[in-house]
Amino acid sequence: MSRELFEYLLRLGDDRLVLGHRLSEWCGHAPILEEDIALANLALDLIGQASQFLALAAELEGAGRDADALAFLRGPTEFRSCLLVEQPNGDFARTIARQVLFDTAGAPLLAALTRSADARLAAIAGAAQNEVRYHVRHARGWWLRLGLGTEESHARLQSALDELWPFTAELVTPDALDRALAASGVGADLAALQPVFTRDLQGLMAQAKLQPPAPLPYPASGGRAGKHGEHLDHLLSEMQSVARAHPGASW
Amino acid sequence: MGARGRRSVRRKAALARKPQAARTEWALWEVFVQEKTGQPHEHAGSVHAPDAELALENARDTYARRGPVTSLWVVEARHISSTTPDDSPFLLGPGPAKLYRHPRFYKGAKE
Amino acid sequence: MTNAERERRFQARIDAGEKIEPKDWMPESYRRQLVRMMSQHAHSEIVGQLPEGNWITRAPSLRRKLGLLAKVQDEAGHGLYLYAAAETLGVSREDLIEALLQGEAKYSSIFNYPTLTWADIGAIGWLVDGAAILNQTMLTKCSYGPYARAMVRICKEERFHERQGYEIMRALAQGTPAQRAMAQDALNRWWWPTLMMFGPPDGDSVHNDALMAWGVKQKSNDELRQWFVDLAVPQARALPLEIPDPALRFDEATGHWQHGPIDWDEFWRVVRGGGICNRERLRARREADEEGRWVREAAEAYGEKQR
Repeated sequence: MSRELFEYLLRLGDDRLVLGHRLSEWCGHAPILEEDIALANLALDLIGQASQFLALAAELEGAGRDADALAFLRGPTEFRSCLLVEQPNGDFARTIARQVLFDTAGAPLLAALTRSADARLAAIAGAAQNEVRYHVRHARGWWLRLGLGTEESHARLQSALDELWPFTAELVTPDALDRALAASGVGADLAALQPVFTRDLQGLMAQAKLQPPAPLPYPASGGRAGKHGEHLDHLLSEMQSVARAHPGASW
Repeated sequence: MGARGRRSVRRKAALARKPQAARTEWALWEVFVQEKTGQPHEHAGSVHAPDAELALENARDTYARRGPVTSLWVVEARHISSTTPDDSPFLLGPGPAKLYRHPRFYKGAKE
Repeated sequence: MTNAERERRFQARIDAGEKIEPKDWMPESYRRQLVRMMSQHAHSEIVGQLPEGNWITRAPSLRRKLGLLAKVQDEAGHGLYLYAAAETLGVSREDLIEALLQGEAKYSSIFNYPTLTWADIGAIGWLVDGAAILNQTMLTKCSYGPYARAMVRICKEERFHERQGYEIMRALAQGTPAQRAMAQDALNRWWWPTLMMFGPPDGDSVHNDALMAWGVKQKSNDELRQWFVDLAVPQARALPLEIPDPALRFDEATGHWQHGPIDWDEFWRVVRGGGICNRERLRARREADEEGRWVREAAEAYGEKQR
């Protein structure tokens, strides 16, 4: 079993599981009924994608675990999600900013993975294309509404962008695992995606009349190695509480 | 007027005093759904939205969650003109039989 | 035409099974009753998101997580259909919601109860949605067109909610001893409030007669309640779980399950604000509304700039 591919699939699955979970927290609390439905839609799509990535990972591992075991029985040091997705929802501007940042990297990433040398990985990425396109459209629509709407919404979006900025580098900075898998044609070439990400984001900031945050000498990272901030543990404690309270039970 | 009547008058007055800015309601849009090509668009219901883009997305999320849907139309409700039941008898009602509109009135090739 | 004449014609249309549409003449009391019913129904859906939404972040498997999230999303959608139907009678959704948030509008009191365990999610899907389906099936024949059409849409979607709930209960009832105990406890707490959902006994119900004459209701509260009990008792036995009613017995003569006395004091206490979650439910909705204000304003401002 390719240990590397297993790790890579965890990254893809964990990102979407954590982000989907965060979005699901809005259910019943969104700014308007229509957006309650829209955010739940995004959450469902992401958790669905996560389930597929984790199921494939579990199968490759061949150790008798399934997607649920990976989702509900691993601790924070075993999660491979990026730091961006575990950030709390904050206000609606923060949630939209997080979504736009994630999708601006995630959409090209999944598009590239549709050409993966691993047919099954390519299939999952392919199946997600329509969903991802919709997420991009929806989140960017709100990015513009908030950026160009009122002074208050603009200020909130600027603030959100400034606070989440440190977590963007991790999305497009390749490590040894990324490079190894890209070389074999299985993974995406993050180094090639980086200029696309930067260019797209610059365009989005300009459209919304946002100030690009200053470049950071020490952007945050560590999620891919299981070194998370304090948020993930709280998130997982809640998410896994019922499953862990009944070991071996089926639901 | 009982207690409930007085309360409702007070509330109506309170709402009337609300300045325009305090109301944040988005416009009402009517949604028409076409399930398959070849079929007409049918009225499905309405959504609230501040612009056409979000109206389409909201309509998709609300009325097209369970397929099949091939096409969606959204129209601001205020742009729809309709007949009223008072108009209907003279505008829409069946007049005396106007046979010249029906195929049976005319002789076909074989008759 | 005199008002009396108009009312006679209106009633004749109802009796002939015709649908009343938004621009048709209707008695003011019919309009008021329908706005009340549809808005209460809509409020129930959106308040109902909260007790179940409480467990989305703790759903114990990916499948259950997806299922519950989809269900709660549907509830928002149903609220939307129903507000849309109510708006056809000339009220605005914003005004209706304002009334709810001010504590002036009612919603189904069942949602004032807390969800204390994962099993509550199963119980709600099975019992509460099961009860709602009966009511909603009846309402698909309602005389007011937009309400009837909204009900058809809702009924199609509601089926999966009830099935999902029952499936959750079955997995628990046939699971570990701890799971079984959790399920039985949930049933114990949700059974009686569900029976109360159908409203006070026919003799005590204020709106019943007018609504039945107008073709808005086709079955009385007691008839619906009996229909529900007859369906639910065998379902409970199949799990198997015990219904918390020592007086429950099958009446051979009528073919119905006779249930024990309902504690109507409890019902009125909760309806009038004495339930554990009454204040919390409204507070949560108020907060969402207030915190969402700047978002709605921004979208409106942006929309204006585009025009």
